[in-house]
Amino acid sequence: MADGAREAAAIHLRDVATTDLPAIVDLDRRLTGEAKPAYWKAGVAPQADRFFLVAETMGGVFAGFAIGEIRAWEFGSPPVGWVFAIQVDPDRRQAGVGTALLEGLCARFRAAGVGLVRTMVNRRDHLILAFFRAQGMTAGPSLELEMELQP
Amino acid sequence: MKLQMATRLGLYAALELARDPTRQLSATDLSERFAVSTNHLAKVLRELGRAGLVEAERGAGGGYRFCGNPRRTTLMDIVALFEESPGDRAAEPGDGTDVGRALGRVLAEVDEIAEATLRSVTLETLLKHAHRNRAR
Repeated sequence: MADGAREAAAIHLRDVATTDLPAIVDLDRRLTGEAKPAYWKAGVAPQADRFFLVAETMGGVFAGFAIGEIRAWEFGSPPVGWVFAIQVDPDRRQAGVGTALLEGLCARFRAAGVGLVRTMVNRRDHLILAFFRAQGMTAGPSLELEMELQP
Repeated sequence: MKLQMATRLGLYAALELARDPTRQLSATDLSERFAVSTNHLAKVLRELGRAGLVEAERGAGGGYRFCGNPRRTTLMDIVALFEESPGDRAAEPGDGTDVGRALGRVLAEVDEIAEATLRSVTLETLLKHAHRNRAR
């Protein structure tokens, strides 16, 4: 068994529960520097075609979470599994948690009949870009464009 | 994106050696593999050595072996040894004009995307893809 697979085997994935809310808000605050309790409270509520997974150690310790959603015909694209968030406890990085979460989302997408997974990453965030690259993801066909709106 | 010959050789050599860090390959082994002159490759290997990515073992059966961390070394780390950083453009005539500034923003966007791509692909990731493609 490869190291990554052995490490991932020590991680248990399950669907999110409302009792996870404090741990999710706290992890997101530590990673982004901003607490968003209202956003996450709405986020953990069940939604069609949305998968909110929590990773925990075999001892039941919260290790991270991921959110994915199947979206169809946005930007002209057939149904695609979008990865909206993957957050891993900094103390548990390099232990296969992110890989397990992404594989978990991909398994849900596959079971729902979707054959393509997509995400969006800040191009200056080389760490998270490298993570998705290591999982086998490459640049997709779209470029994100934006502009500031003048008052 | 066009890379200089030395950069491509640096990438080839680092990747070939990182494939199996316990294996030693001579400059001749590598130059035959890539069909380039041994002299040219030796210069590139010296540069990789100065960067702490490969080390030379002397004596019979000696050669070069990879001594970096393939999970941490990115393509950009190697490209940066041989090329100017994508954002490092010398000032050129016309840069100060409105058209020059607008063009500069477009070129900076291209550079930033190129750099993000090269910084996000580690040697291990690229070798994994190469192995997968070979298995197909």
